[in-house]
Amino acid sequence: MAKYLMKGNEAIGKAAIEAGCKYFFGYPITPQSEVPEYLSSELPKVGGVFVQAESEVAAINMVYGAAAAGARVLTSSSSPGIALKQEGIGYLTNASLPAVIVNMMRGGPGLGTIQPGQADYNMTVKGGSNGDYRNIVMAPASVQEAVDMMMEAFDLADYYRIPVMVMSDGLIGQMMEPVSFDYKPCKELPPKDWALTGMGEGKKHMVENLVMDADECEAWNHDHFKVYNAIEAAEQDWEDFMMEDAEYAFTSYGTSARIAKTAIGILREKGYKVGMIRPKKLWPFPIKAFELHDAKIKKYLDVEMSMGQMVGDVALACGDASKIEFYGRVGGNIPTVDEFVAFGEKVMGGDK
Amino acid sequence: MVVDDKRIRIITGHYGSGKTEFAVNYVKKLNAENKKVAIADLDIVNLYFRSRERSAELREAGITVISSSVEGDSLDVPAVSGAMSMPVRDKSFEYVVDLGGNDVGTLVLGRLKPIMDRNEVDLFMVVNTYRPDTATPEGVIALMKQLEAGAEMPVTGFINNTNLIRETTANALLDGNAVLEEVSRRTGVPIKYTSYVEDVLQEEIPIEISGERFPMQFNMRKEWM
Repeated sequence: MAKYLMKGNEAIGKAAIEAGCKYFFGYPITPQSEVPEYLSSELPKVGGVFVQAESEVAAINMVYGAAAAGARVLTSSSSPGIALKQEGIGYLTNASLPAVIVNMMRGGPGLGTIQPGQADYNMTVKGGSNGDYRNIVMAPASVQEAVDMMMEAFDLADYYRIPVMVMSDGLIGQMMEPVSFDYKPCKELPPKDWALTGMGEGKKHMVENLVMDADECEAWNHDHFKVYNAIEAAEQDWEDFMMEDAEYAFTSYGTSARIAKTAIGILREKGYKVGMIRPKKLWPFPIKAFELHDAKIKKYLDVEMSMGQMVGDVALACGDASKIEFYGRVGGNIPTVDEFVAFGEKVMGGDK
Repeated sequence: MVVDDKRIRIITGHYGSGKTEFAVNYVKKLNAENKKVAIADLDIVNLYFRSRERSAELREAGITVISSSVEGDSLDVPAVSGAMSMPVRDKSFEYVVDLGGNDVGTLVLGRLKPIMDRNEVDLFMVVNTYRPDTATPEGVIALMKQLEAGAEMPVTGFINNTNLIRETTANALLDGNAVLEEVSRRTGVPIKYTSYVEDVLQEEIPIEISGERFPMQFNMRKEWM
């Protein structure tokens, strides 16, 4: 298969097109601006539509419209822009509309910095909009994985009728890596017999958000949670890295996990039995990975480009918060391999 | 030899073609020839992976580094330093100008054009034919025309920098060579160098490769990338 050298943001745009997405609504923001830039030139070539909306809020509501009409649709932004989209994400979720949302995270909070960050875990995984809801959240650690996850994201969104977030960081958006594109649907997808495509000879379709009756709204919540339970059972996804004989395990995702892999290589050379559980989806969180490994793990070393937003989920998954040590960098700073090695040696303290 | 190129070397190309990696390696080679060297990072297009990230190391080696007039390694500010014209005027400098990608990147040259003697200038276009937009001779020539229109000067040489980073093989150089040979035939512009990262490329460099061999070290990629 032909390989190209592409920047993460461009590759994400191309992956969306390969997966059959023809509609993008968004607004530029560093470090994801190459996504709209790429799609503005490429979508018209495949008969698609690119709209630079007047704001992130407008863009997410255009996504709502396109999704309601049954289209595969994408928006992307970076941290503060995703914060602006939260209301629309909640609306999409409540209306059971499939859509894919890319977040190329940068340093925060607020306007923050333009350098990479991972501090939108809480907003994205726990939900930054109102009400009880979940979105599938995917966390690529390379440009190729971002491509593969984008394609899967469209299928999962359509299959479960749910917004899917692809949550990466600015570095993966800006980095050049070799990639190939090979879209094969990962699910047998049901027809979108609910979409607003014109009544014709058929029956009237409605995409609704406001529920007037409390019991009816409660029933909607329960219906959504049946879907969430099915997703938690079927869609947990993670990578075990050098876990076979591991007594210590890094927990990390995205760019931090990549740096951790190099650090683990060095720590292994020094004789430490250390590996990593790398969630590839952050929701559903890979609880099964911890069920599999927890009995032989003495400590978890959680490393992130945040102040420790994933630590809570690791604690719930392993059932013992005292087993977790944390190291992180924030504000747009990228941790170094040396920092992770030093952290590892401090936690493991010569226990080889 | 890098010392035989014109005194002012402007490095341009498609974004992501490897301009900055080439430019940083180029000034290091010039510096090793005991030349008085200046590099200007005039990249206002890209925000990560700019040559100014290597400023401290280059300055330590005695190279003059010119970048933004605004302090900060990764500011999203399209500002360039007034000092960029200094090595044009001071002819004791060997000058390398690292432009941002595409025709947008060439706009910065507006400041230098009125004071530059064109006979002193090489405009090198770095090409990676594994980048989708420059995968064919037509793609390369279309971009070359845009760059020349933006720079208001002709491209004087191509750099075959075809690669898949750590997955690069000798075949990549051959693929790039074939595309650029065809471009050369159509435009009359020579392939000046064929560049590759020495540690990555384990195979021998095929003899049919055009242009001077230009072995490089990784400067811009971190160890875990």
